[in-house]
Amino acid sequence: MMDGMRVALMVTCVNDVLFPRTGRAVVDLLTRLGVEVDFPEAQTCCGQPMVNTGYLDEAVPVVRTFVSAFEGYDAVVTPSGSCAGSARHQHRMVAERSGDAGLVAAVSEIGPRVYELSEFLVDVLGLTDVGAYFPHRVTYHPTCHSLRLLGVGDRPRRLLEAVRGLTLVDLPEAEECCGFGGTFAMKNADVSVAMGADKARHVRETDAEVLVAGDNSCLMHIGGMLSRQRAGVRVMHLAEVLASTEAAA
Amino acid sequence: MSATFVGMPAFPTAARAALADTQLRHNLTHATHTIRDKRARVVAELPEWEELRTAGAATKDRALLTLDEQLVRLEESLTSRGAVVHWARDADEACRIVADVAQAHGVDEVVKVKSMATQEIGLNEALAAEGIAAWETDLAELIVQLGDDLPSHILVPAIHRNRAEIREIFRRRMAASGRPAPDDLTDDPGELANAARLHLREKFLRARVGVSGANFAVAETGTLVVVESEGNGRMCLTLPEVLISVVGIEKVVPTWRDLDVLLRLLPRSSTGERMNPYTSMWHGVTPGDGPQEVHVVLLDNGRSHALADQVGRQALRCIRCSACLNVCPVYERVGGHAYGSVYPGPIGAILNPLLKGVGSDPQVDSLPYASSLCGACYEVCPVKIDIPSVLVDLRAQVVDAHRDRRVPKPEAVSMRAAAWTLSDSRRLARAERISGRAGRWLTRLAGLPGPGRRWTSARDLPAPPRESFRAWWLRTRRRGSRS
Amino acid sequence: MSAREEILGRVRAALADGPEVPTAAVPRRTPDGSVDVVTLFCERVADYRASVERCSAAELPERLRAAVAGERVVVPTDLDLDVPGSVVDDALSTDVLSAAELDALDAVVTRARLGIAETGTIVLDHGPGQGRRAITLVPDHHVCVVDASQVVADVPDAFDALDASRPLTWISGPSATSDIELDRVEGVHGPRHLHVIVVT
Repeated sequence: MMDGMRVALMVTCVNDVLFPRTGRAVVDLLTRLGVEVDFPEAQTCCGQPMVNTGYLDEAVPVVRTFVSAFEGYDAVVTPSGSCAGSARHQHRMVAERSGDAGLVAAVSEIGPRVYELSEFLVDVLGLTDVGAYFPHRVTYHPTCHSLRLLGVGDRPRRLLEAVRGLTLVDLPEAEECCGFGGTFAMKNADVSVAMGADKARHVRETDAEVLVAGDNSCLMHIGGMLSRQRAGVRVMHLAEVLASTEAAA
Repeated sequence: MSATFVGMPAFPTAARAALADTQLRHNLTHATHTIRDKRARVVAELPEWEELRTAGAATKDRALLTLDEQLVRLEESLTSRGAVVHWARDADEACRIVADVAQAHGVDEVVKVKSMATQEIGLNEALAAEGIAAWETDLAELIVQLGDDLPSHILVPAIHRNRAEIREIFRRRMAASGRPAPDDLTDDPGELANAARLHLREKFLRARVGVSGANFAVAETGTLVVVESEGNGRMCLTLPEVLISVVGIEKVVPTWRDLDVLLRLLPRSSTGERMNPYTSMWHGVTPGDGPQEVHVVLLDNGRSHALADQVGRQALRCIRCSACLNVCPVYERVGGHAYGSVYPGPIGAILNPLLKGVGSDPQVDSLPYASSLCGACYEVCPVKIDIPSVLVDLRAQVVDAHRDRRVPKPEAVSMRAAAWTLSDSRRLARAERISGRAGRWLTRLAGLPGPGRRWTSARDLPAPPRESFRAWWLRTRRRGSRS
Repeated sequence: MSAREEILGRVRAALADGPEVPTAAVPRRTPDGSVDVVTLFCERVADYRASVERCSAAELPERLRAAVAGERVVVPTDLDLDVPGSVVDDALSTDVLSAAELDALDAVVTRARLGIAETGTIVLDHGPGQGRRAITLVPDHHVCVVDASQVVADVPDAFDALDASRPLTWISGPSATSDIELDRVEGVHGPRHLHVIVVT
């Protein structure tokens, strides 16, 4: 199925700027699995920060940039449930706002080919065991957009369960939002922090050493709280866990 | 009730105050988690639940998208069954109609079934101004009314009160409006419910005029439906001589058979029961049974405005079950008062702006942002209202309403700057290089007033990396990729 | 312009975009042959903390007498059951019982239009043997006699059987509230005691 498939990495603006190690982990992991992945340099951002704050006109040129970067690829892989959700579920609204039928057609064409990392591994590559080794006690937070907008279901858990050495412990109230919510974290900072405090408490209850999720923005929020509390739990993107091997460890 | 939502501050300010109320936080956590579990259990009993939700949404849409025909048909059906139909453009007109009917019968009191529509129009206050006491008879409404408080939940308006607080309200306030609370009243919920029974029974037995809303109004048959638990609804619907029902125009369903799917969805979503204790269905006047004078007030009050919104009109499907409130992580922490309306929670965050319009009241404009867009509300909605999508659309309407400001808001300036940078990867790469340590650029992207401080007041920021992913790729990997 | 014309005008203007009206099939579950609806009905009624008993037609008079022993009872005028010492309410007569008179009575005995197994609901259409709505509301104890043949499986089956032109009262257990901390408490304004006798 992979033969001749053109695969692009959509690293996302947050990962590009703040968490480049996650992008590098995706490249390492896919390379290890025999997938040649391209990084279209024209890419910037999916436009979600503008869309979710109400700035649709401002999102139009960003979505155009997205289209020009990713059209022509068979699959676009991204280590973010939220950005995959944006491409699959919000770009059409932005394109319609532009009044440009060509843009509407283009986003409708690309949207279904955008995969969150766990979807790409499980559905496209047909893998749950990616040969990773990570000898740590881990708990997993299913971020809201992965869970509800994309419906990734138990794919990330299945991938984690197949990692050698890894002990996966259940996170209480796992499906409750951590409170990040994009600009919500700043516009309603008090509520956001109150939600994050409860999420951080549940993480500590697990006695895990590492909190794993598929979105670094949510992890930045939860991790920021855990770090402030000197909780002794670190946060890590799913891609980085799956990229870990015995050789690297 | 002299308490009012008028003049409430915008959501973030009201939320900050609510978050500091430890008793409120504790009461809400307990109550929302209790009801979530109950709902999940009874929903899991029905393998056809998802099909039911789809059917429920289609049923309501069928009514809403042919609303003019349905309303005319409802009026004919009601009139042919002996009801008097009134139309009210807004809250004042609806209150005037109810007051006129009550005054025509010379009464100084009415008994009320719990009704969101009559709360929305401020009926109790309007009747009080005419010298008519409106007695709330639902237990939670009674608690709110006696406590001179505001409702904070659609189904359980006193959800913010615990049993000890309710006992205190009953002991202090019942005597002023009728039979006092028993001297030995404890905070046992059964005893508290009994105190309400004793207090209200004398009012039920003497009332000549009852006021209700309706959960559903059937165009085909003129059937009005009230779904309830305590029996206070049945008391108000059957014992008085005169019944006035204030019904939002979005409550209409085309056919009697449509009630089937809605009655399968509502109780399980709302109280987490297979069926609620009492559902009453009646059509105008029933000879020899119940009120022999029946009025129905069809209320617009912004609903036609909401209907004109092609994305937002789905909010009018709402059957007021409260499931979205009960699962909402924001509602769970701040409660209902912070939303500044009788409609709180996720549905309130879309319904209020849709009914009232955006762009003029900062409190209303703050509501679409009162959500992390986690989507838990959409998942449980029995009529599949895509609340997150409507929230995002309303945010765009709020922004658009302020686009012609002479001096743009700092947020708008930073969003435009971010969009300019993010429209071209070369600009983004340059921005990353200029900021040296790439992470600093992100704070400019987020660029909201004081974002750094709002972030760091309770959260550490990750240490920015020395090299962006893009720079790493170009340095190590670039090999004939398109750019 | 009248309020009616103005509201209808606004509604028509709001729908000027000509939205497509959706259709969706209303799901119906195939009856599970292994489940006895009468047994399920009794279980589900009991779940609401109502009293439920099953008896034969021959046993019914004695069961009824026991159910209301020592109570002042009202019955609808056309009830086909013998309840000794009961007061008869005739909705269409001139000396119908007032709400206060009903409040002075302890119990009411009626029949029902049907019972719904899935939800443990009895439905009154206030036809023969069921009386006007107030008599099954004001007294604190409602004894309702349901024939096993009247029990249907599910809500859609109930809609098939019910007459849309009649007033209906759906009753699922005794009066209850969840208004205090969302904990369910049985017994507020309606009958605090519901007693269902299923005749098989």
